[in-house]
Amino acid sequence: MNWRLALPLLLFVALGVLLFSGLGKDPKLIPSPLVGKPAPAFAIENLRDPDARVDSAQLRGQPYLLNVFASWCAACRIEHPVLEAYARQGKVRLIGLNYKDRREDAIAWLQRFGDPYEAVAWDIDGRVGLDYGVYGAPETFVVDAQGIIRYKHVGPVSPDVMEQTILPLLAGGGS
Amino acid sequence: MSAVLRLCLSLLLGLVLAGRAWAIDPLPFADADQETRFRALVAELRCLQCQNQNLADSDAQIAKDLRREIFDQIAAGRSDDEIVAFLVDRYGEFVRYRPPLNANTLLLWLGPALILLGGLVAVGIHLRRRRQTATSSAKPAPTDDEHDW
Repeated sequence: MNWRLALPLLLFVALGVLLFSGLGKDPKLIPSPLVGKPAPAFAIENLRDPDARVDSAQLRGQPYLLNVFASWCAACRIEHPVLEAYARQGKVRLIGLNYKDRREDAIAWLQRFGDPYEAVAWDIDGRVGLDYGVYGAPETFVVDAQGIIRYKHVGPVSPDVMEQTILPLLAGGGS
Repeated sequence: MSAVLRLCLSLLLGLVLAGRAWAIDPLPFADADQETRFRALVAELRCLQCQNQNLADSDAQIAKDLRREIFDQIAAGRSDDEIVAFLVDRYGEFVRYRPPLNANTLLLWLGPALILLGGLVAVGIHLRRRRQTATSSAKPAPTDDEHDW
């Protein structure tokens, strides 16, 4: 038996393994170049109070989640109860970035679905979102006490993501 | 009946045309050179939301925002390299349709050439072997190749 007979079969199996391993991956997930880098600075209007600002420099000291949301974003409603539950239990510090939204719409949305945010920055034109590489809400950034981005989650945060990825990061990189 | 149909058709046509008008979003370029650079950049950069379209083709909100950003930066006098670097810093190498040649993309760039080379080598070996069997065909003993194949 010549070994070369087996070669096409081997190549076929190798190709099959390669293609099969790609099946489970989500092509929508783009690795963020910002992970491991300082969170881009911003100081923009506070959603709840037009006279006040949310300044990223003042957020440092304790790790937090920066959650990009909008009233027009359907998937934000899916993750909202999860974020709210963890924030209410004091397990995460939650900062909101209201992305390309009308103020009154965003406030009405928070009144309707609950407002678990310590502060909400109002990114009306998406400039801050651009600096964070946001390409669609919801997105959630884990920022450590030193202001370094540790993780970026695209799409709704599920309890699994919270328990298995975000909380360990907060516990490990925090305080 | 046909009046209703005509109304429906013209409404439909109106919708289609309205969609087009939005996708183009006319921009006030200072000169033709700026417009050429803009067209080249939006054709080379990928829309993050609908990943198989470039910024020029995509109608996604993020693509509109990025087109606007690129236009603003061109108007502000930034070079093409600076604009691409600005976007890569935020969105990663993924925004480029033409990734740079580095350790991560070496296989991507050289892969096709390697496969072509492998094919040429295989064909070369095959041809040489065939020539050898042709010249030695006078001898009765066949190679074990012929048995196996």
